[in-house]
Amino acid sequence: MGKAELPLHAPGTQVDRGYIGQSVPRPNAQRLLQGRGVFIDDLRFPRLAHVAFFRSPYAHARIKRLDFSKALKQPGIIGAFDGRAVAEYCTPWVAVLAHLKGIKSPPQHAIAIERACSQGEACAAVVAESRSQAEDAVALIEAEWEELPVVVDMEESLQGNTLIHQDLGDNVCFRRELDTEGVAAAFERADAVVEDTFHFGRHTGVCLEGRAILADYNAGEHSLTVYHATQAPHMMQDIFSRHLNIPEANVRVITKDVGGSFGIKVHVYPDEMATAALSVMLRRPVKFVADRLESFLSDIHCREHRVKVRLACSKSGEILAFDLDDLTAIGPYSVYPRTSGIEGNQVVNLTGGPYRHREYRARMHVVFTNKNVTCQYRAVGHPIAVALTEGIVDLAAKKLGMDPAEFRRRNLIADDAYPYTFPSGIKFEKLSHHQCLTKLLDVMGYQKLRDEQARLRRDRIYRGIGLAAMIEVTNPSPAFYGVGGARISAQDGATLRLEPTGMVTVMCSVTEQGQGTEAIFAQIAASAVGVSIEKIKVITGDTGVTPYGGGTWASRGAGIGGEAVLQAGRALRANILEVAAAILKLDRQELDVQGNHVINRLTGEQKLPLSELGRVAYFRPDTLPPEFQSELTVTRHYTPRQYGFAFTNGIQASLVEVDADTGFVRLLGHWCVEDSGTVINPMLADEQLRGGIVQGIGAALYEECLYGPDGQLLNGNMADYLVPMAGEMPDIVCAHVETPTRQSQLGAKGVGEAGTAGAPAAVMNAINDALAPLGARVTRMPFTPERILDGIAQARSRA
Amino acid sequence: MDYALDITLTVNGTQVSRRVAPRQHLVDFLREELGLTGSHVGCEHGVCGACTLLVDGEIVRGCLMLAVQANGCRVETIEGLSDSGELREIQTAFHRRNALQCGFCTPGMLMAAQDLLKHHPKASREEIRLHISGNYCRCTGYQAIVDAIEEVIYGKG
Repeated sequence: MGKAELPLHAPGTQVDRGYIGQSVPRPNAQRLLQGRGVFIDDLRFPRLAHVAFFRSPYAHARIKRLDFSKALKQPGIIGAFDGRAVAEYCTPWVAVLAHLKGIKSPPQHAIAIERACSQGEACAAVVAESRSQAEDAVALIEAEWEELPVVVDMEESLQGNTLIHQDLGDNVCFRRELDTEGVAAAFERADAVVEDTFHFGRHTGVCLEGRAILADYNAGEHSLTVYHATQAPHMMQDIFSRHLNIPEANVRVITKDVGGSFGIKVHVYPDEMATAALSVMLRRPVKFVADRLESFLSDIHCREHRVKVRLACSKSGEILAFDLDDLTAIGPYSVYPRTSGIEGNQVVNLTGGPYRHREYRARMHVVFTNKNVTCQYRAVGHPIAVALTEGIVDLAAKKLGMDPAEFRRRNLIADDAYPYTFPSGIKFEKLSHHQCLTKLLDVMGYQKLRDEQARLRRDRIYRGIGLAAMIEVTNPSPAFYGVGGARISAQDGATLRLEPTGMVTVMCSVTEQGQGTEAIFAQIAASAVGVSIEKIKVITGDTGVTPYGGGTWASRGAGIGGEAVLQAGRALRANILEVAAAILKLDRQELDVQGNHVINRLTGEQKLPLSELGRVAYFRPDTLPPEFQSELTVTRHYTPRQYGFAFTNGIQASLVEVDADTGFVRLLGHWCVEDSGTVINPMLADEQLRGGIVQGIGAALYEECLYGPDGQLLNGNMADYLVPMAGEMPDIVCAHVETPTRQSQLGAKGVGEAGTAGAPAAVMNAINDALAPLGARVTRMPFTPERILDGIAQARSRA
Repeated sequence: MDYALDITLTVNGTQVSRRVAPRQHLVDFLREELGLTGSHVGCEHGVCGACTLLVDGEIVRGCLMLAVQANGCRVETIEGLSDSGELREIQTAFHRRNALQCGFCTPGMLMAAQDLLKHHPKASREEIRLHISGNYCRCTGYQAIVDAIEEVIYGKG
């Protein structure tokens, strides 16, 4: 069979399949399996100094005096520094963006000066020859404090009786209103109106590797090399350069292996900036790794929303309008440089997103509190938007006595309605809600589960089925951050180099934190060039080596970085053919690259191994025509432009059993059908979904950063803050619909956040479905046994 | 903290002697004194399992045992067990099933998995889940890990 008889492209895309669509195991997993990965804390440097931070014990207090005299007498101490000393080397920042109109936040320093605004804020740094020496000395710092009024409750913050930052005039960081103007009329003419208030607990990422940075300043060349567990090395290069006043070209950021990130490691942290400044001040390498207690106190937290939502619908089950009021609290500062206004903004953008209604009103306030800061964590705003959409949709279906799957079928945007503009202004290129719903109901055996549920209810076994349709932001264009003035790249680049041996080195600006970036780039590069995958070596995470780019966040790595790799691979293939034509003295149109050889395009006959082509190009170019110069290194970039985002869609389902006596929820099954466009590696895509779903389940059932009224974190350790463990988790069935984006030739959209976006909603709806016969309903995440028992007790007292 | 004790132990088959502070954890000793950085420090209070090691053939938390307590013991780390080939089958299954993402929990997870294979070679899926419930993984959602262990037990393709 000739090649011409084989399909050249996946439906709707322009990709030679090659390795695309194959479940290739990750080549870079081998070192991790032997414990031979290199995380930041594994690096060993001569003259390495270690920093430990003296952190505020109070949620809000003036620093009246810091006395380092005892600390400085300890063995191994190199120095102790307060905020003013560090500020000499590191300028403060203000986290606002121009496109979030009216957003405000006070200047923030690497080390607090004068005032600590949350418990755990770094107020001094001690540098020593070992971490334990530094920690011993921190314990000997004497501080005098003046406690200030503490605001922990977001409603109280919004009222503004006590101001956290006097200069700002109120406690509001950002507000947004949106109104299609027909909302009141839609509620007027509605046959049914449902409303509810949903609460989302503050939680955090709990990356198993704490935040980690090793900064190495070279005074001889005024250069800074930063080994940093970060998702965005070029963003950090820019930030270190500007705030430490070192030319950008002299700053190099290298990630090494990163032990989980999920959005935690994409922000600027004051203690990390201080570590870099200390390296400059001390002219030696300085390392900081957040221990677990510090991680709970100072890694960004997320969520903490209170949302009132109303839905209007007709008696035939047509949704007419959504109306919401979101209040969210972010701690004392907006987080640099992405701001803490994005999560609330996403709630406004995305709520109601899968459905056809044309009327929508939203009001949203982001307020300051004296708790740790919150910012973008995996799925940013989506878990909230999806949960309140799907929670209120279920309530509407219930009120109409309609099956929740049928209610969704009537309201999901039709698969042939695209391109489509949602009332919030977001644009969908092409989604597949109905295909996904149909597939989900089929994969999970929906009707059979409903029958079983009804049967078991007679025996007072309370099972529930919850559905959650979703849309997700992926492949963001410059509209996300760049237009607001943030120096965060929306484009990414890939360089491919054919080595003399016929190997291909791929260097890409998207980073790897274990999600499989390097594996899929190898698949794409091998397919595009025409070599076998073991010939590919991928390098990421080094600003000194890779092209410039955004890194890993907002489900952008595969879709944006992958397209850059594809384009670079095609260009390299074309250049290889130029060299081959010169060597073979044939027309390049007759040639192609396949299986590590230059072949005859028509007959498939192998003409020249790439190793021989490389040998001639690099070592014997004298044998080629004098005017010919081979170009076997190529770079290509890709920026999504036409749409603000390549929206994906999907739907999840959860099956739970609630024990009405103990309040415990048992997860019996979870299903997810996702359309993320071209699936490059089905195994890795499924694993992104599963990992994301389990993080979403954590938010739904277990995880919450609990604060006392004095702003003290009550459960900041792994024994008290519960995370999902293997024993409680269900098996998760994944399936895909593939609607490639036509904005790229690869056609891939993102898949990293969908699981986290939809799982809390699916679990919540399943729990409420289970509780329905008891007349109970819960809307405050996480759904702890205590909250579920409270819900049941309240229902009983109402009855 | 000037007070120190001399210890001698066997690490990955090699006898080592060092003078250590009594408060130093075994995992810190391995990482800082011996440069064996494959054992990871995740929580330092015995919950996450990332520092799981073998001491005299049994799995222990390297952050809950002091280096001085390992005096005279036989300690094996992920590096040693990888080189000896003892973990090869489970490592291969983890790789094939993508039972790891960032890899930070992986050495400890492999230790826990191998312990199950040794003590309970016919464990059910439920028992596998329970056995690895002392090892936290934020990336995978655990299913692929359970699949990989099951594959070693039952040879499922």
